[in-house]
Amino acid sequence: MARDGDAGSAAMIRLAGITRTFHLGDSVVNAVDDVDLDIGAGEYISIMGPSGSGKSTLLNLIALLDRPSAGTYRFEGREVVGLDDDALAAIRRESIGFVFQSFHLIPRLTAAANVELPLTLSGVAPAARHARVADMLAAMHLADRAGHRPAELSGGQRQRVAIARAMITAPRLLLADEPTGNLDSHSGTQVVELLEALRREQGVTLIVVTHDADLGRRAQRRIRLVDGRIDADVSD
Amino acid sequence: MNNLETGSTLAPRDAVMLAAGALDANRRRTALIVLATAIGVAAVVLLASLGEGAQRFVSGQFEALGTNLLVVMPGRNETTGGPPPVLGTTPRDLTIDDAYALAAWRDIEAIAPVMVGNAPVSVASGLEREVNVLGSTASMQSLRHLEMVQGRFLPESDPERGAAICVIGSELRQELFGSAPAVGRWLRVADRRFRVIGVLRDTGMSIGTDFDDLVIIPVASAQMLFDRESLFRIITSVRPGGDLAAASAAVHDIIAQRHEGEDDVTVITQDSVVETLGRIVGTITLGVAGISAISLAVAGILIMNVMLVAVTQRRAEIGLLKALGARTADVRGLFMLEAVMLACGGALLGLGVGLGAAFAVGQLYPSFPVATPRWAMLTAAGVAVVTGLVFGVVPARRAAALDPVDALTRR
Repeated sequence: MARDGDAGSAAMIRLAGITRTFHLGDSVVNAVDDVDLDIGAGEYISIMGPSGSGKSTLLNLIALLDRPSAGTYRFEGREVVGLDDDALAAIRRESIGFVFQSFHLIPRLTAAANVELPLTLSGVAPAARHARVADMLAAMHLADRAGHRPAELSGGQRQRVAIARAMITAPRLLLADEPTGNLDSHSGTQVVELLEALRREQGVTLIVVTHDADLGRRAQRRIRLVDGRIDADVSD
Repeated sequence: MNNLETGSTLAPRDAVMLAAGALDANRRRTALIVLATAIGVAAVVLLASLGEGAQRFVSGQFEALGTNLLVVMPGRNETTGGPPPVLGTTPRDLTIDDAYALAAWRDIEAIAPVMVGNAPVSVASGLEREVNVLGSTASMQSLRHLEMVQGRFLPESDPERGAAICVIGSELRQELFGSAPAVGRWLRVADRRFRVIGVLRDTGMSIGTDFDDLVIIPVASAQMLFDRESLFRIITSVRPGGDLAAASAAVHDIIAQRHEGEDDVTVITQDSVVETLGRIVGTITLGVAGISAISLAVAGILIMNVMLVAVTQRRAEIGLLKALGARTADVRGLFMLEAVMLACGGALLGLGVGLGAAFAVGQLYPSFPVATPRWAMLTAAGVAVVTGLVFGVVPARRAAALDPVDALTRR
């Protein structure tokens, strides 16, 4: 529950000069262009901007799913740019939860098995896994859906399963890329409130990429990207 | 800090469960691949079983005759086993006297001179055809374990005396005389007449000689019939407990003495014949099993193809696994596991089917000693699994190399 007042020295995330370049045929595009960004533990941040402004690319970089073409990235005080794939995977496993617009649940697995997956990948023993999954599903009001496959769940339920999966390892950073993009407004609101409750109750740092202005406004710190650059960074 | 209880990587047991789940999710695909592998394994196992059966059948035939036989052939052959050279040396003939000289050796129990040829055989009713004619003596019966259904075998008599009597095989009897009694009847072999004194029991083939379809006449009669002195073989048996090698050496000595110091015969023991034939049949078995193993390679390519398709179809899943923190090795391992499990499933099913088929053959043909050699089972299953491993490498590496962002976003 550490919410550092001084985000500068205790920044969870410290991006400096981060650039991500894509080569599309002959043209070179900087999807993220020389971004400096510090994010403190426990912050609630929304990243907005028009399509193609580099929101998702920036989020993937923060999530360690992608590697910057230039710049440095300190995650919880540790330089991560030069780390190999498995070291990055270990950080993702232990510290980062990710929620996708299209849920990305594995269709053949039940809700419970989907939620269990990160623990399985971390080598947690089956008995401990099952107990934690049951608790998590109950907390998400999904206990009665544990045995259902994704196809048998509504969109809102699927996203809640995905959030349960992201939170099952008790990460310190929760990233959501358009979490309400595939949901109706009612389910979307539920999902957003769930994410906010997790941040409030568990102190997780929450970063949401969205182009839903209402959703974006709910965050205490609002970052606006245009053409891969930070156009605005406003805190309450 | 993180509060994950134990470990930091995917446990083998969980990896197996995940891979099994993926296979289970696509049952038709799984079943087809398992089937393809199983056919290959079953083919190897069954063919090897039949080959082993053939090998045992051959040695069984020889062992039924007794392993105490020495076969003396004219001509010198440097290696044991195999026939003497067709061209080259002109060996001295083996004669009936040579044969009886061998009987003098202390360990020789019985001898039978053998002549073979074929001649037209006919009966009064006019039926005529070429039949194998074997000239020998009374001791042939005990040496080759011949049994009679009617009458008796050639009597003990002066081997130089060519009586006009014969013993015939059961098939020939049926053909010549139908259901009428054969013993006492006369038949014509080439230009000579022989009285039938006995009919052999139906035995089928016995080491290249079809005792069901031949005429056995006294050896002297055969010499006259074919107008030839030299014997085809001398079959001798060594007394139980006698020294086969010593007897063989004695045969060479005796013949050399009789042939003016020229040791110009080949002596074959049953052991060497069994060994040679066993080697031949074994080689054929290996070849046939090897050919069927090619189908395993085909199964392997199928596995690779299917796994490559799976990697493409499951890009999002692979990307997700990586996003959730699966290591490169975990992803690679999962896909390898799937390939190997397919191969193992195929190997197990194939072993079952192959052994079952071999068992069925054994039940259908009880006289054929079908036996599945262990090497065939191990090789077939081993090759299948190795095939799965080898052909699983490329898809697994491809899966592991996928970029998570790409895999998650690109459709």
